Amino acid sequence: MYDALHRQKEVDVNEIKIAARGVQVHYGDNHAIKDVDVDIEDKTVTAFIGPSGCGKSTFLRCLNRMNDTIPICRVEGSILLDGEDIYDKRVDPVQLRAKVGMVFQKPNPFPKSIYDNIAYGPRIHGMARNKAELDEIVERALRRGAIWEEVKDRLNAPGTGLSGGQQQRLCIARAIATEPEVLLMDEPCSALDPIATAQVEELIDELRENYSVVIVTHSMQQAARVSQRTAFFHLGNLVEFGDTSTIFTNPEDPRTESYITGRIG
Amino acid sequence: MPLLWLIVIVTALAAAGFFAGRARALQSAGGNIRDLHSLPSYYGWNVALKALVPAGGLLLVWLLAQPLYVNATVSATLPEAAIAEGSSRDLLMAEVRRTAAGLDSAVAQGLLSADEARDPQADPDAVSERLKEAGQIITSQITRPILDAAQMFRAMNATGALIMDFAVLAAALAGLGFGLRETQREFRARNTVEQGVRALLLAAASIAILTTLGIVLSLVFNTWEFFRLYPATDFFFGTTWAPSFSGRGGASELGILPLLWGTIYISIVALTFSVPVGLFSAIYLSEYATPRVRSVVKPLLEVLAGIPTIVYGLFALLTVGPLLVGVFGKDGLNIMQSGTAVMTAGLVMGIMLIPFVSSLSDDIINAVPQSLRDGSYGLGATQSETIRQVVLPAALPGIVGAILLAASRAIGETMIVVLGAGAAARLSLNPFEAMTTITAKIVSQLTGDADFASPEALVAFALGMTLFVLTLGLNVFALYIVRKYREQYE
Ligand SMILES: Nc1ncnc2c1ncn2[C@@H]1O[C@H](COP(=O)(O)OP(=O)(O)OP(=O)(O)O)[C@@H](O)[C@H]1O
Ligand SMILES: [Mg+2]
Repeated sequence: MYDALHRQKEVDVNEIKIAARGVQVHYGDNHAIKDVDVDIEDKTVTAFIGPSGCGKSTFLRCLNRMNDTIPICRVEGSILLDGEDIYDKRVDPVQLRAKVGMVFQKPNPFPKSIYDNIAYGPRIHGMARNKAELDEIVERALRRGAIWEEVKDRLNAPGTGLSGGQQQRLCIARAIATEPEVLLMDEPCSALDPIATAQVEELIDELRENYSVVIVTHSMQQAARVSQRTAFFHLGNLVEFGDTSTIFTNPEDPRTESYITGRIG
Repeated sequence: MPLLWLIVIVTALAAAGFFAGRARALQSAGGNIRDLHSLPSYYGWNVALKALVPAGGLLLVWLLAQPLYVNATVSATLPEAAIAEGSSRDLLMAEVRRTAAGLDSAVAQGLLSADEARDPQADPDAVSERLKEAGQIITSQITRPILDAAQMFRAMNATGALIMDFAVLAAALAGLGFGLRETQREFRARNTVEQGVRALLLAAASIAILTTLGIVLSLVFNTWEFFRLYPATDFFFGTTWAPSFSGRGGASELGILPLLWGTIYISIVALTFSVPVGLFSAIYLSEYATPRVRSVVKPLLEVLAGIPTIVYGLFALLTVGPLLVGVFGKDGLNIMQSGTAVMTAGLVMGIMLIPFVSSLSDDIINAVPQSLRDGSYGLGATQSETIRQVVLPAALPGIVGAILLAASRAIGETMIVVLGAGAAARLSLNPFEAMTTITAKIVSQLTGDADFASPEALVAFALGMTLFVLTLGLNVFALYIVRKYREQYE
């Protein structure tokens, strides 16, 4: 169905970064994701939308094997990152997650200083040779996370002492400090005010130049503003996937239409 | 009437009051609950409490006050002449009480008739004979004044108990009547009952606080008493512990330093052993172990925590001591003379503390939110990086608290030291020498015939006080650390 859409917009189509085929996820007896095929393109923002509990977070967590930490979670199917199956035995999930970073639905700063929160990733990956380089990485990440101005005078204060929205931007900055190739963002703006939201959206737009970004959002406007591709999930099924403009103006599936016009909650 | 019966009757009255009060309240509202100010059972509880609490309080006060009163009255009647040389009124009263108790049980066993026991003309020598035959413990021959006093003692107690029975029953009935009378449609039974319950809870809380206060005060007074007999500087800075056991002469040297050092040294050995092992096993259990391993190992560790310390003491004496001597003794490195040593006690105490440290730390590590671990994994950190840099720092305040609690326990431990570390008070750095601790010495100063007016016995209170201040300081320090850390990171 979306093959046709792709052909229409062939000019925009970038290289495929992540290709998911026949992905099924079970939590014990709960079948949370049912046979999903998705292509995440490089240098593109892909939005996942859908009603609460439809499996957006679950599917997102499959893309960097975060579901490994949930004992009852079982993932089937294949997910290829640059043509390599990330669920292959030889793949080290730790290395994978350094390439595919993640911002969580709830802000989760470490109980460390703001500086150490940002420096955490660069330190464990040995990205800085000396203190000056690390300082530079931290400042750049904080600036891109749109929080530098607010925290530059208290880099040694605990990250947990920030407000909810500031914490979320800190977590975004922390994720981009490690320079991932793919950034997965689970409702990154749900705790932010309109100004900070605009700044994060600007950041996402900027990231698109080098990385591929996947964002889960409950805001139709946000999906329309920041993404080029949109996937609509419903009850664990991928109902429709295609260009954002097409999904929002001319959806094929009646369920998509009712959701974006506000009839499925 | 035996006490148990009295309690049963008062409780039964209260129970009857509950049902009567409830029925009366319902009746006053014509059976319509919504017309009542409170739910019917509140009216019942109001009556029950009014019957139970004053009567119970009276009973309690009476039971505490009567022995004091009887003792004082009887003691006052003892003639000065009856007090033997070198004895005291208190010692004589103890004899009187023993005789009275002897008479009581002889009567209960039917060896002596009630009239005989009461007979003021009875021959003291004959009574002594009879009591001894009956297997009662009386330390010396009963004399005329003692027998008289004992008979008076029994008589007063009997009358007192009788009056008490009536007074308590009267209080219960009066409370019941009063409660029933005020039971009416408009009466605010709920508010009254809730106030009553609050007062009861407060009373329970104050008992705990008052007892603590009492313990501390008794420690303070006796310590004060000790320092009047023995100079404080010698106690705190003396480096020799050599009490003389005859209780005569001022030959005792009671310096706390060797004991304090022994306490600290053994605790340090115990903690250096138990903290790493306990912490590592907690990390393994909470982060690496599969649920199945965890469900087996955790209860096992907790069983270890339930073993009485005297068993650990035996283990130290019979197993660990000889084992260490085998390695470090004459046949080995030749630095250890006998099995009882700081090392022996410290190691065994460490084993005792492992489950303590690991169980507390395990709970604390488990309480670190999964979202923090996810955050770390999401940045490409390995499991060990996550544990070292995120989980442990987040759990640190709790872990420090657990370690300090373990330290408190190590400082207060007695049996392992008595059996494992020997009894020699010594200032030495060699962990293979016998040493002893404050707790062990408190025990040895107070066992046997202790004369509580001598510095050799009173020193136990000064030692106890030091121990109390030490553990209190440790707990305050733990709180301080935890709070400081919290401020920084929450
Ligand atoms: N850790 C878990 N254990 C068991 N079941 C889970 C777990 N996480 C999610 N699920 C189940 O998987 C399904 C999808 O959940 P998911 O969190 O992916 O929804 P979502 O689309 O992200 O919802 P929301 O928009 O509210 O965040 C739900 O039915 C949920 O109950
Ligand atoms: Mg979600």
